[in-house]
Amino acid sequence: MNNLVPLSYYMILSGVVFLTGLVGVLIRRNIIILLLSIELMLNATNINFVAFSYYLHDIAGQVFVFFALTVAAAEVAVGLAIFIALYRGTPSVNVEEFNLMKG
Amino acid sequence: MGIFSFFYFATVIVLCAILVVAFRNPVYSVISLLVLFFHVAGLFVSLHAEFLAAVQIIVYAGAILVLYLFVVMLLNLKRDDSYQRQVWIGVGLGAAALGEVIYLIAKAKLEPAALVNRVSQVTSGTQEGNTEMVGRLLYTKYLFPFEVASLILLVAMIGAILLAKKALPEVRDE
Repeated sequence: MNNLVPLSYYMILSGVVFLTGLVGVLIRRNIIILLLSIELMLNATNINFVAFSYYLHDIAGQVFVFFALTVAAAEVAVGLAIFIALYRGTPSVNVEEFNLMKG
Repeated sequence: MGIFSFFYFATVIVLCAILVVAFRNPVYSVISLLVLFFHVAGLFVSLHAEFLAAVQIIVYAGAILVLYLFVVMLLNLKRDDSYQRQVWIGVGLGAAALGEVIYLIAKAKLEPAALVNRVSQVTSGTQEGNTEMVGRLLYTKYLFPFEVASLILLVAMIGAILLAKKALPEVRDE
């Protein structure tokens, strides 16, 4: 089956998803939503990797998605653990209330 | 056929991405991210990356989002929280960056006409499946990064356990 979708469509889709994640990090205060926005950005790069892997006929792009997935899983585990440890001290999800390290 | 399925997946992905950011209730955000991951997996299937589509569903939808839902429901985070004060600055910056991205992509010469005469690895007519090709490359050329990835997972596991556990009571010497 011949795929007729131009590569630039995939790149624009990936750019839109990435920037949505970026705007989410900028405008939200909820820590959970910030972590979800980071997931969005990682997924946008994955779409790009797989699209290039298909169009350049090189399977290495898919291997890199595998590594990005590993890093995403590790990031979620550590991020949520930090959040739970913080929540025990300050029961809040608002990032603006966590300013312990502010000078 | 190909372009219609692409537009279906792309529309749902963009809508779900916006909903993830816009919903005030974190549970709704997680659910719409789940829908997004399934559609990204569909996009991977249409790009002949079947192994990654399966891994996307198993790891992202099965493991990562369940972890998020656990935390959201365990801590009962349904309280409404407002946006930052600078919502419109953030959205404006995002729109400006989006314009830049589209401009750059439109200007770039992306048609891979010069590249299609290379030996096709992804869609070659050989008997080898997608999973076999990924596995072969992962265990030969990318063996060292693969080991590093396993080390990252080990460190993340130890870190998560250490960070999330309660402080142990002091052991008293008798």
